[in-house]
Amino acid sequence: MEPLEITGRIKERFPDEVLDVVEFREQLSVAIKKERIVEICRWLHDETDLRFDYLKDICGVDYLGKKPVRFEVVYTLYSMRHQHMLRLKATVSEDEAYIDTVVPVWIGANWHERECYDMYGIRFTGHPDLSRVLMPEDWEGHPLRKDYPEGGPEREWPGFQEVLDKAKKFKEFSWQG
Amino acid sequence: MAGIEKSLQTKELTVSMGPQHPSTHGVLRLVLELDGETVVKCTPHVGYLHRGVEKLAEGMTYLQALPLSDRLDYISSMSNNVGYCLAVERLFGIEAPDRAKFIRTIVCEMTRISSHIIWVATHALDLGAMTVFLYSFREREWLLDLFEMLCGARLTVSYPRIGGVRNDVSQEFIDSLYKFTDEFPKRIEEYETLIDKNRIWLGRTKGIGVISAEEAINWGLSGPVLRGSGVDYDIRKRFPYDAYDKVDFDVPLGKNGDVYDRYRCRMEELRQSIRIIRQCIERLPRGPVMTPDAPKFTLPPKERVLADMESLIHHFVLITKGPMAAPEGEIYVATEVPKGELGFYIVSDGTGKPYRMRVRAPSFVHVSLLPRLCEGGLVADVVANIGTIDIVLGECDR
Repeated sequence: MEPLEITGRIKERFPDEVLDVVEFREQLSVAIKKERIVEICRWLHDETDLRFDYLKDICGVDYLGKKPVRFEVVYTLYSMRHQHMLRLKATVSEDEAYIDTVVPVWIGANWHERECYDMYGIRFTGHPDLSRVLMPEDWEGHPLRKDYPEGGPEREWPGFQEVLDKAKKFKEFSWQG
Repeated sequence: MAGIEKSLQTKELTVSMGPQHPSTHGVLRLVLELDGETVVKCTPHVGYLHRGVEKLAEGMTYLQALPLSDRLDYISSMSNNVGYCLAVERLFGIEAPDRAKFIRTIVCEMTRISSHIIWVATHALDLGAMTVFLYSFREREWLLDLFEMLCGARLTVSYPRIGGVRNDVSQEFIDSLYKFTDEFPKRIEEYETLIDKNRIWLGRTKGIGVISAEEAINWGLSGPVLRGSGVDYDIRKRFPYDAYDKVDFDVPLGKNGDVYDRYRCRMEELRQSIRIIRQCIERLPRGPVMTPDAPKFTLPPKERVLADMESLIHHFVLITKGPMAAPEGEIYVATEVPKGELGFYIVSDGTGKPYRMRVRAPSFVHVSLLPRLCEGGLVADVVANIGTIDIVLGECDR
């Protein structure tokens, strides 16, 4: 299906949800409200002539100071049967940094959402196991936010000292007793 | 008897496998809960190699971020470079010249071969067949020597550039590579005679880690892991980039979606890669290896900088000011790397640096599949399952 037809179908089915449609270098991005994200995804997945059955990626983007709503959660979808692509962008504000999980639609969303939570602090309601995936569990802050310092936080991660102490203790150990 | 049974107590055992374990292929940690020999629960822990590549890229110009992509999947760095360059080229709306496209296709397929033979070597070693390991490293050495001849580096190459490749190939390189394509099919047969009919190998791979086609799509798998389940999805065919639309090759598909089928897929891919390389060498067009727009994006060769005023100015401007500003917009470009689909999602705000660079790494998705493959199976098959998804943790953790 052509990009224009896809947008037409989405606008026809969810007229109040679509915020913006942009086409850049033959790639289509549709910005939507976050409230009915699961319903929209389910519909995109099940509808016979759309059939977006393959979730390529989910990631967050932080538009601090650039856009009125701070975060966007970006879903890159693909259809194995029809071979068309779509980028869905759900806007998420800083005060209400949560969105419904799409794991029931695509099970592969699980770790992508965990990473998005880890890096941006966006909570995915209904997620089976929403915990940090790349950073340590007791890490403070969300590294990919634009206001997070590139050189790392001022306060050292407490786990680091623990590791050093442990290494020192192991060094003292001797096989001879 | 009843008394004995009452006094015997069984409890589930929790085993921490990794982060330092020879068959986790890097620093992956699995926490396994075992009931006897059966895995009840498997929890992967990743992040030990997290270097914040995505965050680092935000502070770099498009030119500077190229070496970051080497360090993702460090055993197939050429393909990552090509993927990154294609994404940036698409964003800027430029294209590499034909000769550069063919050279890129050649090096991508060389990388695929070297990555797949490392995979078959370590996977077989994990499952107890040591000989293949020794044989396949012989061929890998040949390929790495060729990389060294081409660009001076063996592992983290950074050879492709935005708008082309760094330098042209030499005749010596072409000759040696052509000889390799003559020899290598015989070597593939050698590996296959070692393991393909080995009863232990068959017993440990057939019917293990089965995943159906629908499920594989729903999980978002890619590469040989997806094709092993019989899904015909190869980005080289569906969205041809570089010279892939100018060469003939088949996409090998599995049927049962088990460890054995994925192994067969990768072995066939080795043969197809040889086919692609041969065609590319035979049809290699003449011409420049860098697009004429290059001065705006890529550093001029060092020899020219030292001899030619114009190049010196370009070099100076590129280093001090960064490349030309990118148009505002966002782009997702995927390429087929040996592990699966590597996607770069770049958001540009109209400056010379990416506002956001997201790396969609195949290994990250594949690691998340591990609980699905391992739970309910035997503890000995965990090793087979880790091997079959072909992960590199540098790419998973980024």
